[in-house]
Amino acid sequence: MDLINPHVVDLSRFQFAMTALYHFMFVPLTLGLTFLLAAIETVYVVTGREIYRKMAKFWGHLFAINFALGVATGLTMEFEFGTNWSMYSHFFGDLFGTPLALEGLMAFFMESTFVGLLVFGWDRLSRASHLAVTYLVAAGSNLSALWILIANAGMNVPEGTHFDPDTMRMQFDSFVHLVFSEDAQAKFVHTSVAGYVAASMLIMGISAFYLLRRQHREMALRSFRIATLFGLISSVAVITLGDVLGRMDYQKQPTKIAAIEGLWHTSKPPFAPWAAFALPDDAKQENHLEIGIPFVLTPLITHSFNQPITGMRELEEQADPHIRSGIIALTALKHYGETHSKQDLADFRAHEDDMGYGFLAMRHSPGQDVSTIPASELDRIVKQTQPDILPNVFVTFWSFRIMVVLGGYFFIFFAFTTLLSLRNKLESNRWILKLAVWSIPLPVMATEFGWITAEAGRQPWTVFNRLPTFLSSSSHTVSYMTFSLAGFILLYSVLIVAEFYLMFRFARRGPETHEPQEQNSQDSVVSNLNIVQGGH
Amino acid sequence: MTVYIVLKLIWTGLLGVLLTGLGLMVGMDMGVGTLLRFIGRDDAERRTMLNIIGPHWDGNQVWFVLGGGAIFAAFPSLYGTSFSVFYVVMILLLFSMILRPAAFEFRSKVSNKYWRSSWDVAFLISGFVPMFAYGVTIGNILEGVGYHFLWTGQYIQDENFLSYLINPFAILCGLMSVALSVQQAGSMLMLRAEEPLYSRAKNYASPGGIIAAILFVIGGVWIQFIKGFALTAPVDYNMPANPLHGQSVVMREGAWMDNFHAHPVLWILPAIGVFCMIASSVLLRLDRAGLAWWLGAGSWFGTIATVGAAMFPFLMPSSTRPDQSLSTWNATGSEYGLICMLVATSIFMPIIICYTAWCYHVMRGKVSVRDVLNSHDSY
Ligand code: HDD
Ligand code: HEM
Ligand code: HEM
Repeated sequence: MDLINPHVVDLSRFQFAMTALYHFMFVPLTLGLTFLLAAIETVYVVTGREIYRKMAKFWGHLFAINFALGVATGLTMEFEFGTNWSMYSHFFGDLFGTPLALEGLMAFFMESTFVGLLVFGWDRLSRASHLAVTYLVAAGSNLSALWILIANAGMNVPEGTHFDPDTMRMQFDSFVHLVFSEDAQAKFVHTSVAGYVAASMLIMGISAFYLLRRQHREMALRSFRIATLFGLISSVAVITLGDVLGRMDYQKQPTKIAAIEGLWHTSKPPFAPWAAFALPDDAKQENHLEIGIPFVLTPLITHSFNQPITGMRELEEQADPHIRSGIIALTALKHYGETHSKQDLADFRAHEDDMGYGFLAMRHSPGQDVSTIPASELDRIVKQTQPDILPNVFVTFWSFRIMVVLGGYFFIFFAFTTLLSLRNKLESNRWILKLAVWSIPLPVMATEFGWITAEAGRQPWTVFNRLPTFLSSSSHTVSYMTFSLAGFILLYSVLIVAEFYLMFRFARRGPETHEPQEQNSQDSVVSNLNIVQGGH
Repeated sequence: MTVYIVLKLIWTGLLGVLLTGLGLMVGMDMGVGTLLRFIGRDDAERRTMLNIIGPHWDGNQVWFVLGGGAIFAAFPSLYGTSFSVFYVVMILLLFSMILRPAAFEFRSKVSNKYWRSSWDVAFLISGFVPMFAYGVTIGNILEGVGYHFLWTGQYIQDENFLSYLINPFAILCGLMSVALSVQQAGSMLMLRAEEPLYSRAKNYASPGGIIAAILFVIGGVWIQFIKGFALTAPVDYNMPANPLHGQSVVMREGAWMDNFHAHPVLWILPAIGVFCMIASSVLLRLDRAGLAWWLGAGSWFGTIATVGAAMFPFLMPSSTRPDQSLSTWNATGSEYGLICMLVATSIFMPIIICYTAWCYHVMRGKVSVRDVLNSHDSY
């Protein structure tokens, strides 16, 4: 059989990564801002003080601008599995589609229906009803994160599913295993609290900007304090759950954790050093300029002092029997498709767990067909396939480190600003306010690098140990892919410029201009009309 | 009949419900986008139109998102294959749909004339193109699509995108879908706008239904001369969902009429469609926009149900390897998956309908130009 053109696979990967990373510039803010809005509005409803209403409405406007692009880019994500990953969708869709559909049913409908009332309902709903609507939007956005991360965890650690040779795909067999997979739960909490960090930093940064300019002081001080407390708690949670994720990778995705730590050889506890700096060389399979901190690695990853972590070279060695067994499995599976004989099925069943490695070997087999490998070629093909089981170490290693360093910085920074805010010493420490403004984009960066760690570290699989990435994509031509990629880049660039323009404009103007009693608002409406009508 | 067969049938029906809901709810908002510059003569009027659907467009759009998700879960191979086969059409649809959320949120935030008219163009594109693509896709599926599968389940495309885009029957279907969306948008605008928007909406909406009815009838005649698909041997309804084995299919002129010949009662479906399209046009003329809106729902139902009845059991037939056509019997998810989804749908669909209705109730009443200009929350 023919494999899909490798350039098409690369372009599809690039397009997916680009659109997903782009979607995830807006999503963390949505996840966090909805909860912060709900918190601020709760204070308003309980105390009845007008300033909190003003705050809720002001931050609500920023939320709405950001939300629009989250929705727009989410549409791409929803359809991209079908447009670009058809083999993946066929192979894994029975399981993977379910959380995606549930996300629509349980989360998107709720979030998107009530977001209309959140924005337009201020004068039509009682205070309590409006507050309830805000909470429903917050719940909706976080539920959507839950379902999508359940789906994503399914690709990393497939649970609640088995391969069925009659349908040639993974069949869904346990809702409970899918939903309550440890990996999914940990990913969900880690990712949503990462969103809270991002939103806290945004509110803190903009409030600091006002404090620096001595504008809107009342609102800024209050917002700053709410945000910094929220951020402190969230950053502790991010780090705690990050640690859980690392241990989970250790148990379930050994290639990923070895790549994250740049570990070419199995570690020797307890001395094993943790590489704080290194330049991993994927071709030579070694690290250059490594600076390690002894005794840290083992307890960090394994939460013990004596368990070794398998290195990448050893993992490669261990793959040898799996690849051989996978080739047998796939050969039997192909024959079974033609004969439907019991014997072929039994042969397949005996080697079924290694099927993914058989797929991996296709790339090096004559005619891309493992069933025709001559005995003399087998050893060579197995050897060639072995290094394919490893992800790109340089990318995984460094994206992880950037995320972790930023995580540490957030914790220290929030702790410090919380202290200053509670002691009312913020305004006398202008440098910390400046730092807060400049830190606004950092949590979003940390999240992006987190995703690069998770997704690049999962390679070469789309479904871990089951389906390789190079088989997953649709059989397009390079020109189709160029067309779509060029369009996405163009469109997304225009949108991001418009979004930043509006965000800056709103943040700079501050809250006052949005209040109806404001003098110039009437004028501006009239002048709008004049400008536009003037054109006719 | 086994449980699995019943589930396959239920989900085929639900697929129809989703496609109807999508055409109706998303189509209505897209119609408003298409009509924006034709009905709204100045900026204030356009903003009024946008604010009529403003609180609801995002919720409505989830029909589209859920459509994708539900096909993914309930018909995984269909999801993977159909969106890929129509790659260029789908990407154009996505490009235009991406513009829409931004257009709603961004347009009125800056009062510059060029800024606003640029977003008006975005509304036109994102209203017209997706509805057109929707119809074009359904038209193409009726004509059969060029693809086949390898033993691994990987689909291979056998036709170029040009044949999908430039194709008279598909264009006819595309225009019909746009006409229905314009009619639905007009009914909504008549329900919630004041003069002069009201009369202008009426002038666009009521011909919409008549045009749709004419195109529908032309399509119905045309289809007799198109090669349809038919099973030549009985299939095992219970078969595992795998398009590689188990069906033998031929392409034959007029085959899409077989189901109607075998079960004449099915003629009621196109009859409902045509009746609703014409009746709702008449009602719009008589200023009965509320009833006309519901008849518009009937038009979509009639159309989708007619297509479904003609094609059953096929979902997306293959013109290059008819035996591998995706059908109700070979393209669904597993029995377990279908049950899970059915349980979830029966719990959440009623809840969704309730809160959507509540949302429309809260925002009920006419939207006046004055309100829009005086409110700081409006688009
Ligand atoms: C503000 C953002 C942020 C911050 C400060 C951190 N993370 Fe993170 N991390 C993410 C945002 C994130 C993320 C974007 O949300 C990811 C991507 C996939 C996922 O589930 O969460 C992620 C993934 C991710 C993974 C990969 C999970 C997988 O296998 O799929 C690990 C091991 C960690 N994180 C560990 C950490 C540790 C030990 C941190 C300590 C400081 C940390 N993260 C801080
Ligand atoms: C449910 C959620 C997600 C799923 C199912 C998913 C799935 C995929 C798939 C199919 C690919 C292409 C194959 C590959 O190259 O690995 C991929 C790659 C990638 N995705 Fe995700 N993704 C998800 C979420 C995200 C998010 C939210 C981001 C970023 C914000 C992201 C970032 C990436 C990156 C950076 C790659 C490129 C990795 C590489 O090719 O080496 N993913 N992911
Ligand atoms: C790669 C897989 C993903 C798909 C298919 C996807 C799909 C979508 C879609 C279709 C929307 C628009 C919904 C609407 O119309 O209202 C959306 C928005 C959203 N997505 Fe994603 N998404 C993906 C990744 C993620 C991840 C990993 C998260 C969270 C951790 C996430 C969280 C959200 C949230 C909170 C929203 C709503 C608000 C906003 O977009 O700002 N998404 N997504």
